[in-house]
Amino acid sequence: MIKYTEDDLREELKTKEYEYGFYTDIESETFPIGLNEDVVRAISKKKEEPEWMTEWRLEAFRIWKEMTEPEWANVHYKKPDFQAIAYYSAPTKMDPNKTLDDVDPDLLAMYKKLGISVDEQKKMNNVAMDIVVDSVSVATTFKKTLGEKGIIFMSISDAIKEHPELVRKYLGTVVPQKDNFYAALNSAVFSDGSFCYIPKGVRCPMELSTYFRINQAGTGQFERTLLIADEGSYVSYLEGCTAPSRDENQLHAAVVELIALDDAEIKYSTVQNWYPGNAEGKGGVYNFVTKRGICETNAKISWTQVETGSAVTWKYPSCILKGDNSVGEFYSIAVTNNYQQADTGTKMIHLGKNTKSTIISKGISAGKSQNSYRGLVQISSRAENARNFSQCDSLLMGNECGAHTFPYIEVKNKSAQIEHEATTSKIGEDQIFYCNQRGIDTEKAIALIVNGFSKEVLNNLPMEFAVEAQKLLEISLEGSVG
Amino acid sequence: MLEIKDLHASVEGKGILRGINLEVKAGEIHAIMGPNGSGKSTLASVIAGKDEYDVEKGQILLDGQDIEELSAEERAHKGVFLSFQYPIEIPGVSVTNFIKTAINANRKAKGLGDMPAKDMLKMIREKSELLEIDRKFLSRSLNEGFSGGEKKRNEIFQMAMLEPKLAILDETDSGLDIDALRIVANGVNKLKSKDNAVIVITHYQRLLDHIVPDFVHVLYNGRIVKTGTKELAHELEEKGYDWIKEEVEA
Repeated sequence: MIKYTEDDLREELKTKEYEYGFYTDIESETFPIGLNEDVVRAISKKKEEPEWMTEWRLEAFRIWKEMTEPEWANVHYKKPDFQAIAYYSAPTKMDPNKTLDDVDPDLLAMYKKLGISVDEQKKMNNVAMDIVVDSVSVATTFKKTLGEKGIIFMSISDAIKEHPELVRKYLGTVVPQKDNFYAALNSAVFSDGSFCYIPKGVRCPMELSTYFRINQAGTGQFERTLLIADEGSYVSYLEGCTAPSRDENQLHAAVVELIALDDAEIKYSTVQNWYPGNAEGKGGVYNFVTKRGICETNAKISWTQVETGSAVTWKYPSCILKGDNSVGEFYSIAVTNNYQQADTGTKMIHLGKNTKSTIISKGISAGKSQNSYRGLVQISSRAENARNFSQCDSLLMGNECGAHTFPYIEVKNKSAQIEHEATTSKIGEDQIFYCNQRGIDTEKAIALIVNGFSKEVLNNLPMEFAVEAQKLLEISLEGSVG
Repeated sequence: MLEIKDLHASVEGKGILRGINLEVKAGEIHAIMGPNGSGKSTLASVIAGKDEYDVEKGQILLDGQDIEELSAEERAHKGVFLSFQYPIEIPGVSVTNFIKTAINANRKAKGLGDMPAKDMLKMIREKSELLEIDRKFLSRSLNEGFSGGEKKRNEIFQMAMLEPKLAILDETDSGLDIDALRIVANGVNKLKSKDNAVIVITHYQRLLDHIVPDFVHVLYNGRIVKTGTKELAHELEEKGYDWIKEEVEA
């Protein structure tokens, strides 16, 4: 684990601005703006996809054309003009074999700036990494080590070519093309993302990680992640994201599908730090993401997310608890500051007997931001003895922000046990004074209070990520109490 | 060490302190007594530097330096400690984590690095033994769900850890049963030295049986109206405050 001292923190706190807001001048090939069937075909062709994949995309596009953008979320923004976005952008200097030694030095310099040292990752940390810049996957590490265990970890483009049977069998089974407006759009134009398959009974020996980066202006990022944990296997997967600071809004519409077969366990962690826009609410990423997993018998899926970025977030990592005794968990910290808006939560769909779900949601609002928790707990008629525990806590800083909770509960089986707890608190002047009196300055006091508030969720993150997440929380809330 | 000269302070325009004069020297224990609403807690908050109080007139000198312009944390760095009458809860932050953060913040202000973990653990062990604090207590969230007695004991534990120059105990005896009172008083006495000073704010003489003051001051209507020795505390216990009020108003 990287040692993180208080001095590092102090240095960190000096940089109030979004520190990943740089743009790297990499030669890129970007499609002209606009979307029609020809663009969808061109993306598919560019990626040398088989016929079935092209057809699948076209089907999605046709569905999307008939859909309208949803408006039920508690967020307000100017709707993107979908004909003004370029749907494909890729760094041009790419070796088809994609070993790290061949990667464009400018790209490597960018990773360094992002704090991803691929070389070191390779040697020291037990983390295998896939990196997606704009639309395509540019580097996958540890492929060989994983290969020995039969684990497949590669870009989804490669997987379509190398493991078409797996992709074809599972793609769209958890999030179908017609699921929602953004999922349909993603299905039509997704350009890359990660694919992962853990064979029967294999415990993945390292954390798998994908790092997403939007670099080009005027492009949307539509990545697709498909993760399959075969019977009795285990995997822990991490996802991180950043984007340059730009005045216009950028669209990110991803789809993540998790499949946990009998007795398998998937732990999926996200630290989302897309550019949130500036202090006046200009710019920032629109983050409209569909994440869902399905659990077969005795399987378990655990989502952990730390959401600090994006101008608008619309995201509900969910679990379909199909198999008996399956378990779904959702641990979330969502921070909004300045003019950010987040509408996030989860859905726990209990279908099997003795299924169990836990929801711990922590919302922190500061500045003029709006932070909503939206969750659904659904117990179907044949889900005997289903259990859910939900806890939604909101922490407010200042008088101009808002925290909202929209919990939905639908129960069709009398044996269900459902608990819901909710609290709202405010960082009080008394708390700050108490810390000040002990010699702790106000910034540090806020960090301490926020970390205490978020502890139950931070504890669920893998160690390397927990430190990063903690720093991120502190930076995101910089200067939010006067 | 502490010199207060003609201090006037108000909160939201309402005058509360109306000319306090007080001198506390190193090695001394001062008790401040007085009826409800006389300004005892306000005096403590003003010395500690709480924002919502406005100092309208007068001076607070710490080791000869006017601390008017210093923030609460800067005063803490100079060795001012306030044991709160109503300690504040910070959910999810353990007693250990809180005190560690406080100690390192104070060290940083003095240009020192973090206290090595080994030393920190040793100190925590010693001080918690001194105050008969259970290990398990230290990993609980700060003041969350603490009983009145636990909160006060935790305040004195923090005082023991921070080793302040000037400690102000604001009604530390309220909410304590007789055993806890003895433990807390015992702790304070052991921490007392010729280099530090303590101001004990209390309603009752009870605590002063254990922490024996060199001076007792009676605060009434924002002024110190009477100063004496520990016998004054006994007299107040016996006769109440009415005779003082009469004396002042006469």
